[in-house]
Amino acid sequence: MAGTAEAVDLAAAMITAPVAAADALVIAPTLITVLFGAVLLLFRKRAVLQFPIGIFALALLVVACAGILARVLTAGPIAMAMGSWLPPFGINFTADVLGASFAFFASLVALTVGVFATRDIDGLGRRYGFFPFLLLMMTGICNAFLTGDIFNLYVWFEVMLIASFGLMVLGNGKAQLDGAVRYALLNLLAAGFFLIATGYLYGALGTLNMADIALRLREPTGDLPMKTIAMLYILGFGMKAAAFPLAFWLPASYHTPSPAAGAIFAGLLTKVGAYALMRTMIMLMPAEHQVYADMLSWLAIGTILLGSFGAMAESDLRRMLGYIVISGIGIIFAGIALGSQGGLSGAILYAIHSMLVMTALYFAAGIAAHLGGSQELRHLGGLYGASPLLAGLMLALVFSAAALPPFSGFWAKVVVVQAALADQRWLLAGVVLSASAFTALAAGRAFAHAFWRGGPLGTPDGAEKAVPGELSPFDQRVLYGPIIALAGLTLVIGLYPAPFLRLAEAGAAGLLDPTPYFNAVFGGAP
Amino acid sequence: MEAPLALLVGCFFAASVYLLMSDSLIRIILGVAVLSNAINLLIFVAGRIVKEVPPIIPEGAQVPPIDTANPLPQALVLTAIVISFSFFAFLLVLIFRTYQALGTDRTDEMHVAEPKGGPVPPRGY
Repeated sequence: MAGTAEAVDLAAAMITAPVAAADALVIAPTLITVLFGAVLLLFRKRAVLQFPIGIFALALLVVACAGILARVLTAGPIAMAMGSWLPPFGINFTADVLGASFAFFASLVALTVGVFATRDIDGLGRRYGFFPFLLLMMTGICNAFLTGDIFNLYVWFEVMLIASFGLMVLGNGKAQLDGAVRYALLNLLAAGFFLIATGYLYGALGTLNMADIALRLREPTGDLPMKTIAMLYILGFGMKAAAFPLAFWLPASYHTPSPAAGAIFAGLLTKVGAYALMRTMIMLMPAEHQVYADMLSWLAIGTILLGSFGAMAESDLRRMLGYIVISGIGIIFAGIALGSQGGLSGAILYAIHSMLVMTALYFAAGIAAHLGGSQELRHLGGLYGASPLLAGLMLALVFSAAALPPFSGFWAKVVVVQAALADQRWLLAGVVLSASAFTALAAGRAFAHAFWRGGPLGTPDGAEKAVPGELSPFDQRVLYGPIIALAGLTLVIGLYPAPFLRLAEAGAAGLLDPTPYFNAVFGGAP
Repeated sequence: MEAPLALLVGCFFAASVYLLMSDSLIRIILGVAVLSNAINLLIFVAGRIVKEVPPIIPEGAQVPPIDTANPLPQALVLTAIVISFSFFAFLLVLIFRTYQALGTDRTDEMHVAEPKGGPVPPRGY
């Protein structure tokens, strides 16, 4: 029926122009991670191949994400519609500065985790699929940052979750299973709330394309129940991001898996929740953000205090770090609650800082636990003598997590506090500042116990006991390399913050005024 | 047609919340299963119940001649079913393994990851 096919005006329903090669880059993370994830699954019995292929794929992912970021920074947001359906029909991937920069730093963190895992994950763990799980989790994470469709975002959330379950239980320890039950059930529930909200949103607006939703919600919505929908999104993403009072699954589970898996969880997963909250509350529903700004501010205060006091009350090194992750989420929430250019820039920069630093801290804690034979502060000790390099790195990372200069957290926190003061939210500003003191107190005490004291609790001053574990020179190079890289990056951001601050500011501007985003999706004519 | 279905969705949510609040792992995952069905039905109803006409365009026409069923909620529900079913399968295995390893399926008896009354951090040095 050639006649009818010609009579149909395809341009009314489909994009007829071919996709520019540079725009097609937006699907490169999916291609790389899924393809190499599948290849690694094929070779899962060949543990020796897992490492080179996995590292190669993760390095390719970094290059692809850097390419997307470079393109977005020079040419504005890029969009690609799957199946060439005209927006708002079909699924489209849209990368703006915020999504592209998060995807880039996430892929960087994943690469360091891959390198760390080559010595941390034994042959058995590799055979049971550490690298395929890692790559498929990166599919979910990168695409969550890059998708332009809210239901598609839900799908990537679930891809990320199922892969993270695999990493969580890999190794099959008792504590892992116990932690995985809490982690799995509560994260499933969070994704459930997200899906409920998306169902209502579709019922209310009849569209799932984020640009289309944002445009419709910038007009009067009449009696649509948008406040309910926004609340459901806050509930779902707040739970995923581990915000007060929905954070208790995180310290119950993040200390149980292997150090490499725990590190990537702490670095990336909660930030995906925070990213989704920024996207929905600031870009999609600015009116509802106004309604809930006070509540979000209280949530931020609660989250920071929960993280701070939790960290001080914890005697397990890695569980303490879990609470520090939570307190960092509180600072990101403070920026989201402010919703101003400054607040959002600070939140974005803090999220990037937290990705790098928390991952490195979990690496360092993993090595400390290996050397000291325990994660418990009473039993750890003498690590300074065992590895001065590790002690120095740990101290730098602790300072960075506590947002002390000259590290990256300092500038992010300065921006958030400035924005809070400009908004006259004195309490919020005070609590954000206090988080530095609390984190320094908790992490500094852990450092004093594990590194400075000569041995387990009760060792007299000046005595130096041998630590039970040790690392071969090769292990040291491979395990310390990723920590040095990440700690170096946080130092570079701290000493030379201007380009990173500009990146965060561009990301925040793109959320507050998404006109370029709309133009990229609808081709200039919404 | 929407009103009775909305009530049914409400009943599903009530039942799943009741089950989720239990301290038995089996009841909790049954709650998760009921919850995912409640959400699926919710999406389906949110897409409006319209005529049972399949969204097929006859030959020669460019748009359907009469109102048809909305295919998009069905696609969404299908995706959600696949995801929730695979999660349910994973959870079943996870909970069975947990029961084997910990010897209990009561959440208030599971204290391996979070020791009950765990030690407070050392005050001295």
